[in-house]
Amino acid sequence: MSTGINADWRHYLPKVESLANSLGLSFNPVDFEAVPQSFMMEISVYGLPVRMPHWSFGVRYIYQLIQHRMGNSRLFEVVFPGNPGHAYLAQNNSVAENVLVTAHVLGHADFSRNNILFKRAQEQVSEHIVEHAANHARQIAVAIEEYGLQRVEAVLDAALSLEQHIDCNHGVRRPRYPEYESPKALPRDDAFAKRFAALTPFDDVDSQGQMHRKRAAVPPHPEKDLLWFIAQYAPELEGWERDIFLAVREESFYFHPVFATQIMNEGWASYWHARLLREADFLPQSSYLDAIKCHSDVVKPYAPEQHIALQINPYHLGFTMWEKIIERDGIEVARDIMRQDDDFSFVRNYLDEDLAEELQLFKFNAQSDGKIEVVESKLTDLHEAMLAPKYNFGAPTIAASHVHVDGSLDLLHDYKSDGRGLDPDRASKVLDYMYRVWRRPIVLHTIDENGSPLELKKQS
Amino acid sequence: MSEIDSSLSHPQSNGSNINGWYELFSRGARDWLRHNDKVRDAVRQQLPDIIAGADVLGSGSRTVKVPVKMLEHYHFKLNQPRQQQGVGQGQAKAGDVLQQGSPQGSGKDKGKGTNEGGGIEFMLEFKVDDIVDWLWEEMQLPNLKARVGKSEETDWTREGWDKKGARSRLDRRRSLREAIKRRAVQPGGPNFSDDDLRFRQLNQREQPSIQAVVFLLMDVSGSMTDADRKLAKTFFFWAIQGLKRQYRHLDTVFVAHTTEAFEFEEEKFFQVTGSGGTVTSTGLTKVQEIIDERYSPSRYNIYLFYASDGDNYPEDRETASTTLNEIASVASYCGYIEVASSTPQHLNTEVGQLFRSISSNGKAAGSFAVSKLEDIWEAVRHFFKHQAAET
Repeated sequence: MSTGINADWRHYLPKVESLANSLGLSFNPVDFEAVPQSFMMEISVYGLPVRMPHWSFGVRYIYQLIQHRMGNSRLFEVVFPGNPGHAYLAQNNSVAENVLVTAHVLGHADFSRNNILFKRAQEQVSEHIVEHAANHARQIAVAIEEYGLQRVEAVLDAALSLEQHIDCNHGVRRPRYPEYESPKALPRDDAFAKRFAALTPFDDVDSQGQMHRKRAAVPPHPEKDLLWFIAQYAPELEGWERDIFLAVREESFYFHPVFATQIMNEGWASYWHARLLREADFLPQSSYLDAIKCHSDVVKPYAPEQHIALQINPYHLGFTMWEKIIERDGIEVARDIMRQDDDFSFVRNYLDEDLAEELQLFKFNAQSDGKIEVVESKLTDLHEAMLAPKYNFGAPTIAASHVHVDGSLDLLHDYKSDGRGLDPDRASKVLDYMYRVWRRPIVLHTIDENGSPLELKKQS
Repeated sequence: MSEIDSSLSHPQSNGSNINGWYELFSRGARDWLRHNDKVRDAVRQQLPDIIAGADVLGSGSRTVKVPVKMLEHYHFKLNQPRQQQGVGQGQAKAGDVLQQGSPQGSGKDKGKGTNEGGGIEFMLEFKVDDIVDWLWEEMQLPNLKARVGKSEETDWTREGWDKKGARSRLDRRRSLREAIKRRAVQPGGPNFSDDDLRFRQLNQREQPSIQAVVFLLMDVSGSMTDADRKLAKTFFFWAIQGLKRQYRHLDTVFVAHTTEAFEFEEEKFFQVTGSGGTVTSTGLTKVQEIIDERYSPSRYNIYLFYASDGDNYPEDRETASTTLNEIASVASYCGYIEVASSTPQHLNTEVGQLFRSISSNGKAAGSFAVSKLEDIWEAVRHFFKHQAAET
């Protein structure tokens, strides 16, 4: 065991931190903890150090384990924003690796404290998501004890399958819709309007001329936040089931900025670990070289023996983009971009023609028979092809559009903005999950492969 | 806890307050086991369908391996477009083909993110005995009662004590007890007397018959297609399993016939192909001969299952009927399974008629027609319910 060496990297921690501070990074304090690789793997599978149990995490865990066994992945660190932040480092990292990882983590800490998406999420969810998630896990363990695994799992099946279906434009704590419609604006006060009013009473004015309030439709507008909508308006949801939905939703609000800024965030952290290392004169030469090697492994565009990758390494792309921006516009401009952008604006604004060429980015078409062909593309095509999987938290745009008198629910898929219909088999399975909590018929409107309207129904 | 790496007990360690708790359990493994439980449940629920298709017979193994896919936790997804777009990096220019298409389209899932599950297949092994138990539970099938026949079979059993007997059967404990009893009423008497001695007695008793033999008789004439045979084979397998639940000693006899009948080994039985016509009575006669030679009805519970597409020469009707009646009068049960994968005739056939007539004669017999694998369970249920009612 390399325990003696591992203990060493902590000596560098204050030095790396003060160097980071002197270079203008501003971050909340971070708790560092060295943990076994197996635990690292679990953290990355669950996305949070302690998280609610669900069988689907078990599946991801096995995939992760298989990949790990095949040597395809090694996890150096996992970091969680907060105040303090929490960083987990793999116990088997070398000293040099851990110094690099420390610097990398501080880059993330700077990003998550200053980027607007992270700031907003932390204002909403609080700066203690790690603790909240652990609390959710406990809450669910209690629910399992009380209501049994089957019932709790049914709720989690539904809630977790809708985890991307939130609306970040509204707060985590969001009031129910107003119960009554706001009164219509009175018509203009002219002769015609008076005569018209005398002919037929308005909807909201009865024969005595009394205003009477009209119940508002639910939802008043198509509602994208399905987790919230079900939690608030499912006809027969029990209190503990609602709590599970809201717990899952809160975690989604935390995950959203992580997802929406991955290129920027990983790039930013990579830029800073490289920069801090370069300026870390306190590091022995040999350790420095080891660390640089580790850096180039992390930000390499493709696997060692290959010259082509069909996926963009976000570390590499983000790192290169930040280097260009800082070289060209200076650190202050870069910090502004870091504060205000997400991956969409970042890529669209700063991945320019020259850089795309330098990085040898290309667009390809993959056919269903497996054929992959490189195609001519404009820069904007490249941007959109790269960003397409990130639209709308990576999920199709589906909204709750109407609840009928009998409690049955209409869902509307916005196939126009998504460009095509839903995979009907998967959608039906999700409706099965949803039905077990909504407990009334559900109809989902989308289109089929040929563009004709398709209604997927779930009733008993 | 103390085994945890010393780095954590370093004075500067912030995390030492939760020293190594994460090594105590693995949440990933826990959730994975839960996943596997769910797979097992799912398999169990669809067991009849899955097992009906599985190649179970003749392998001789007592387990069935069922290929299962990892469960997918479904999310809303867009339809897979015929052509997907992506961005790559490296030395490539427009028009380069990075991967050739394959006609089977097998390349579709390659290199795709595998986080969704459903990609990897793994094998779950099920014990045949467990499966049979599940099925019986699922189909709510009764346990068979062995037909305890008037058995000639006898065996010596210990039964009672006597004052005389062979030295080797002296029961010392019982003799000592007698001595104690005697001395209680006869103080100062001898420690032992001949009167105290007790010898175990043996008696001849009739043993109930707990052995069984099942005759699996199959028509292999030209009109029986491969699909028909598969149906017969699958049915036979589960019929045997059902009987094995009941009888510790179950002999199986395989007889195939066309216009002649032969006994086969299990392995060869299902490979046999014949041609030409069908004379059911030859098969039945063969069964009758084997019963006479090897399986005395007084010692064996006899079962007969006959699989055929229902054709028989009308001229054979009389002979077949007589022979079947003879068998049925000594058998616990005679079942007829009509396998017709192409043109189901719903037992309106020569053989169907044959079994109906012995059934109406009050013999324990039943018939069932199957045309596809899913019918097998209905057939199994039918026969075993029927049989339990008969016995």
